[in-house]
Parts: sequence; C-alpha cells; structure tokens
Amino acid sequence: MKVALFIPCYIDQFYPHVAKATLELLEKLGCDVSYPMDQTCCGQPMANSGFERETVGTTKQFLETFKDFDFIVAPSGSCVLHVKEHQPKIERQEAEQKEIQHKVYELSEFLIDILKIGTIKGSFPHKIGFHSSCHGQRGLRLSSSSELNEKPFNKAKDLFAGIQGLEVVELTRKDECCGFGGTFAVTEEALSIQMGKDRLSDHLAHQVEIICGGDTSCLMHLQGIAERNNKPVKFMHLAEILNQAIS
Amino acid sequence: MSHPNQAANFLKDEKRAHWHDETLWFVREKRDISSKGIPEWEELRKLASGIKDHVLSKLDYYLEELEKTASANGIKVHWAKDAAEHNEIVLSILQEKKCKAIVKSKSILTEECHLNPFLEKHGVEVVDTDLGERIVQFLNQPPSHIVLPAIHLKKRDISEIFHEKLQTEKGNEDPAYLTNAARIHLRDKFMKAKVAITGVNFAIPETGEFVVCTNEGNADMGVHLADVHIACMGIEKIIPKREHLGVFLRLLARSATGQSITNYNSHFRSPAPGKEIHLILVDNGRTEQLSREKFKNSLKCIRCGACMNTCPIYRRSGGYSYGSTVPGPIGSILSPGIDVKKYSTLPFASTLCGSCSDVCPVKINIHEQLYEWRQEITKAQGWSAKEMSMKMANGIFKSPLAYKVSGKVLRATLKTLPDSLIYNPLNAWGKGRNVPEVPKESFKEWYQKNRS
Amino acid sequence: MSSKSMILSKIKKLAQEEKPLPEIPSFEVVGDLVETFKNSVAMNKGTVISAMELQDLVNSGAYPKVYSGSKLIEDLKTFDLPAHPKDLNDLDLAIIDGQLGVAENAAIWLEDDNLGLRAVPFITQHLVIVLEQSKILGNMHEAYGMIGAHYSGFGLFIAGPSKTADIEQSLVIGAHGAKSLRVVLV
Repeated sequence: MKVALFIPCYIDQFYPHVAKATLELLEKLGCDVSYPMDQTCCGQPMANSGFERETVGTTKQFLETFKDFDFIVAPSGSCVLHVKEHQPKIERQEAEQKEIQHKVYELSEFLIDILKIGTIKGSFPHKIGFHSSCHGQRGLRLSSSSELNEKPFNKAKDLFAGIQGLEVVELTRKDECCGFGGTFAVTEEALSIQMGKDRLSDHLAHQVEIICGGDTSCLMHLQGIAERNNKPVKFMHLAEILNQAIS
Repeated sequence: MSHPNQAANFLKDEKRAHWHDETLWFVREKRDISSKGIPEWEELRKLASGIKDHVLSKLDYYLEELEKTASANGIKVHWAKDAAEHNEIVLSILQEKKCKAIVKSKSILTEECHLNPFLEKHGVEVVDTDLGERIVQFLNQPPSHIVLPAIHLKKRDISEIFHEKLQTEKGNEDPAYLTNAARIHLRDKFMKAKVAITGVNFAIPETGEFVVCTNEGNADMGVHLADVHIACMGIEKIIPKREHLGVFLRLLARSATGQSITNYNSHFRSPAPGKEIHLILVDNGRTEQLSREKFKNSLKCIRCGACMNTCPIYRRSGGYSYGSTVPGPIGSILSPGIDVKKYSTLPFASTLCGSCSDVCPVKINIHEQLYEWRQEITKAQGWSAKEMSMKMANGIFKSPLAYKVSGKVLRATLKTLPDSLIYNPLNAWGKGRNVPEVPKESFKEWYQKNRS
Repeated sequence: MSSKSMILSKIKKLAQEEKPLPEIPSFEVVGDLVETFKNSVAMNKGTVISAMELQDLVNSGAYPKVYSGSKLIEDLKTFDLPAHPKDLNDLDLAIIDGQLGVAENAAIWLEDDNLGLRAVPFITQHLVIVLEQSKILGNMHEAYGMIGAHYSGFGLFIAGPSKTADIEQSLVIGAHGAKSLRVVLV
C-alpha cells in the first residue's frame, strides 16, 4: 500500500513539525509513506475567493503528482475537501481525477476507515479541547454535526479513546466555527477575530491545557489570537498528539 | 456599505454584539432540542426537500392549478411580474374599497416589494401588527431578522420608543407591560381596518387554499375583522397537497423557534359570507432564479430563519449588516440573484462552515451556493486573481511592521505559491492576531535532507 | 402579454425535467397519546381542565360575556353571536369544540362549523376548546389524513394562547389573540 503524504502549503512553510508528526505516525502504523516533492498549494485559497477557474494549473499538477499512489493522506480536512469537491474539472482527465478524489483522505478518516485501527494505544496525560474544523466536520463528516439528528460520532475522539490520561473536554458550543475561513480571516477581519476570541473563551472556560485540531489553519488563527491576548494555552495538531502518545 | 464595514461597526459595541450572539444562539439551541425530539427529523427534511424540488420542476403547472382551484373557491387571483406591479395591484384594491388605513401581518414579500413606503406615498396608513414589526416600524427600520424582526433591540430601546409612541411609563421595561400596551394599541387598529394584508406560508393547488402561520394571532385578527383580505405570496410558496402540510408544519416552527408548531395555522379556502379574499402571485425575479441551475433550489426556502440563528457571522454582525431584505445565509444566496453588484460582498460574508445547510429544514445547500456565487461574482466584476492578490499585497507595504513579518513570509511562500492570496494581506491578519513563527526550514527542505 | 402568461412562459421555457413527488411514509407516535397531548398543551402554555372546572369558572362571574358554540358540553353562553365580528370586541370567554387534537404538538383542528364567526377564537380574551379524548391523534400526518380534503372555507390548527417573544426573547402570553387557552377533554 503506497501512501502519499499531501502536506498543505502553510503546514510545509510554517508547521513542518505537523508534517513530520504525520509522517512518523503513519510509519509507526506500518504504512509505506512518501512525500512527493512536486506538490504545491492545492488551490483552495484561490477557489474559496471565487477563482476556482484559475486553479486548473494547480489541479493538473496535483493529479500528476499523486496519480501513482494507492492513498493520499493529508493532516487537513480543509484541503482534502477542496480536492474532493472544488477542484475544477480537468478535461480529458475526468476518470483519473475522479479516482484521485476518491483516494484522498484526511488523517483521522484514513486511520479509522482505511487502516481500521479503531484507536491509538498510548499515553498522553493532558486535558485538551478538540476543535473540529468545519470543513472536516460538515464537509467530510469526520464527526457528527450538532445540527443534525444523528448518532454522535467523532473520528478523532475515537482515536483518542485508547490513550491513557487524555481528557477531552465537552465544549459549551460543540462545533461552532472558529472564524478562520481562509481569506475571510482578512476580508472580514473584525468578525474573524471576534469568532476566534469566542471560540477560545469556550476552550479556556473548560481549563484546557492544549487546543487540538485536525486543521492547522484553524489552530494558526486561534493561536495567533491567544498569543496576542496572552492566553496561556498550547496548540497541537491531532497528528502531533497521536504521534507523541502512541506506544 | 460593504458587509465587512457594517460588521466591524456592529462589533464595536462588543457587549451588545455578544448579547446578540447569545440571544440567537439560545434560539438555535431550542431548535436543536425540539428537532431532536422527532426521530424522523432527517427523513422529514428529505421529504420536504423532495416535495419542493418536485414543485419547482413543474411550477407552471401548479401555479395554473392553484389559480383554478382558488378561483373556484371564490378567491380572486392576481399575477404580478415584479414588485411594482404587486404594489399597484394592492393599491388598486385599496382604492376600489376607498380604504385609507390597513393592517398588515408579517410578510417578507411585501418587505421585498417595499410596499409600505409605496402605500404611504399614496396616502395609505400601514400598520404592521406583528409586535416585532410594529416596534421596528415605530423606529422607521426594516426587520433585522425574518422571524424575529426586532431581535437587535433591547428592552430599553423598546421601552423608550413605546413611551414616545404609546405613552407607556417612562423606564418601564417589563416585556409583559410593553406587550399589553401594544395589544391595546393594535386592537384599536384592528377594529378600524377595512382591509388586511397577510403573507402566505404555503399555498395548496389541490384544495385552492393557502396557509398563514403566526404565534400572536395578528394575521387572523386582521383578516377576520376586515372586509377584504389581501394575501401576497411569492410563486415558490406552493406545495401540492394538503397532506404535505403535515411535513412542513412539523418542520417550520421547530426550525424557527423550537416550538412544536406555531400557535395559529390558518387555512384560507374561501371568503366568509360578504367578504373578499385576494391572492397575489408574485414573480419578482423568482423565475430568473429558477433558471439558474446552481441556485434554483434556494427557492425551496420556507423562511424559518434557522440559518440566521445558527450563522456565526449573522449572530455577530446583525441583520442590517447585509443591507438586503432577507439577511443571513439564505439572504446571501438570494440577494445576488436580484442585484449582483449591490450584494457582491454577501457571499463572502461566510467561512463556508456549512452550519446553515445542516440546519435548513428543506436541505438547501446554502454554503455550497455561497461558494458558487463567489465564482460568479468574481466573473461578473471582471476580477482576476492576480489583480486581487496585487491589491491585497499592496496593502502590506503600508504597514512597516507587517512588511517586516510578511517579507519573510512572502519570501518563503512565493516560491511555491506565486498566486496565493492567503498570506499576502498580512496587515489585516496581524491586526488582532500574531503571525506564526517562521521555522528554520520548511518540511520540504527537511524531507529532502533527511528522507530522500 | 399579461403578467400571468409572462411568468408561465418563462417557466415553461426552462423545459425542466420533472422530479418525482415523494410519498410520505407513516410515522408512528409511541406512548399514551392522551398523556402526550396533555404534556404538549402544557408546553404551549395552555391548561387542560375538566368540564366541571369549566362550569365553576363560568359560574365564578369572572367572565361576564361568554359565548359558547360547543355541542359537546352543556350550553354556558351568556349572549348570542352578533352579526358582525367587530361586535365581539368585549367578549371575555369563548367556548368552542375542536374536531381533533394532535398529541405531538397539542394542535387542535377547527373549521367554520365550530367557530360560528371566524374571529371568535382570536378576538375573545380567553378561549376554551372542548375536545373528545377519542379524537386525539399522534402527529400532523395522521391529522391531515383524518381531515382529508373536507370542505370548509376556513380551517385552522390552534396550539396555544396567543404569544410573542419579540421583546428580548421574553415569552409573553396574550399578544393579540386569546390570553389563555384551556382545553376540556371529554
């Protein structure tokens, strides 16, 4: 099983440790993982800003880079959702594109649905808050949505279940958006900041040591606000916690 | 003014904005509890969506049917291609009846058509009888929410305006006291009005009837005391049969306020002896929206307002920040269809979090349509990504601090993302947020050194 | 071209493919329907009382002007229906029969025959609806199944007293219509 690591551009540039943790975790779980060097940004920021039509080049590049792998795994629900739903259709490569869109997975869903590991065994004695990114949650359905009348589930929390000492708090607003939203963070700056502050307060009110999430973009936004306001809380990507905890 | 500016203004009063957010979240929570009490909730949503899809796919047939059956029941049916014609029809009925004062219950359509100012210009006194609508009418404001028109106001604001208009005690903010004052004031209006206007929640071609739902009973107070009832509906309000009301009435109030049903659900099939009912079918851009494949299912909307209550943007920016008759997520996909230039910032007033789509009782894919409108708007405005990113990048150099940080960032990212928009406008990023520390090497560099 | 033909031709021109109309399956309501109904009445801020209690209420003299159109209980009216609904403005209490009740939400179906004048349940200060227990159904689907397409110029579901929450979301009973709803189950 050949697994390609798909690392979002901002993780590559700002959070290489998240990429490393993802790589190491997948290796520990026995995957044959490699990182195709020709990958670039998936085009999400452009598409969400209304320029999906100008991402044909990036999309072709994506297809070329990842076509020979069995699975493509990314530590980001948001970028995976973009690849699955918002890549522009590439003419004469429709079948290939469809296939690739089917084999790209966000990390937690890859571990649960493909590797079927159930949970991670290990230890991580900390109290954390889990921030479900909206694209992961309502886009990829990585966890149940509080709006729907469905049986609650959360793939990340399933992975946490076997980790000793790890306490995941129940937030007051279970799954409200943090206000990152890509270019929204700058075009609607005031709202973005307010939403981030509110999300942060919910976590802090539950005395979490660490805010964890599956999308570094949300965490980058929340961390930026936390640091600016001197809030004593740490931020870790899901991959980092799992990689540290795993025994 | 654009949505970001309006939102920033709203947020200046942080305490009040927080209160607004909490108040609407409370409504959303009531909706959650109520919807979760129905095991078949998700199935009902699917049914409602399917019924509406069906209706839209043969809307011409159902409209003609409705006209036939309603006319047979003695209802006078009118057709209006746009807001102007709708308003003219209403005015002509009033003139024929020599009516100078009307009572009106909540109707988003008449807001959309700007009926009130039109009638007032022609010397007709219009009294909005829904309490929330009466409050905003006193203040010369439009509703800020389609179900909760005065949700942006506090008790104190209402107490003040009632003191001025209804001579209530100064400083008395008791909601029961204020409501009773409005009751007495409006009862007098009900007793005097010869014509009453209502909106329509559902119209049924099978039986030739239409249904109006209220909690206050104001629609019924108006029409049963008046001689003439004028009901105004958008052409998309049709559901085929009476039995379909079972689905929609179970969804509507639960989605709107968390109640299991609205208090009064009135089925108007024929006028009472000696009275008249007029039904105006209004297009006003709806056939246009129906022709847009990607956006037509926005016409399934039953105006419950759930997407507003759940929207983290709406809750923190208020209804007026949208500048459109229907605010919030649904308004942001309906309004650009009416005027793409005027409402160009609305589809961007979203993080695409998708909560609106999950909460929608008729399963409109609201957040996906917001995404699609963004694509249309950049095309319609003739923007290119390069221009946009240049514009944003230009902003960076205005702030020396941002320049220092962004220089480093830009250097790092521009290699891989020449067109990326995300890191360029760092001045807006850095206003309320720290920028991540730039590590010594990128993952790519590390991987090359250590793994390949 | 008339607006009607303009609207219709615009739709026809789209030549849309017809989408199927879904069938509504039957959804059951489990549990004791009468109990569920009573709970729903309370949730809607109404009260369930006995016929005896109603009699006491009327006898108490608290409601000088009482209209009753009920055929299910003894006639308690103190005056006859006027010709014009506006003459009901000082009506204190109206007693009318409901045709069926819905357990899931306490909605009660009434038609012209039950109302006398359509304004009665709205203009009265206080409202009493008399309902046979055997006419309580589970949900709205069953209710519409029972009502069918039966002809009445006006019909409505009433689920509670008039209410509003338009002032800071504070619930206030008695906005325009009846300030209270009492349901007498017989």
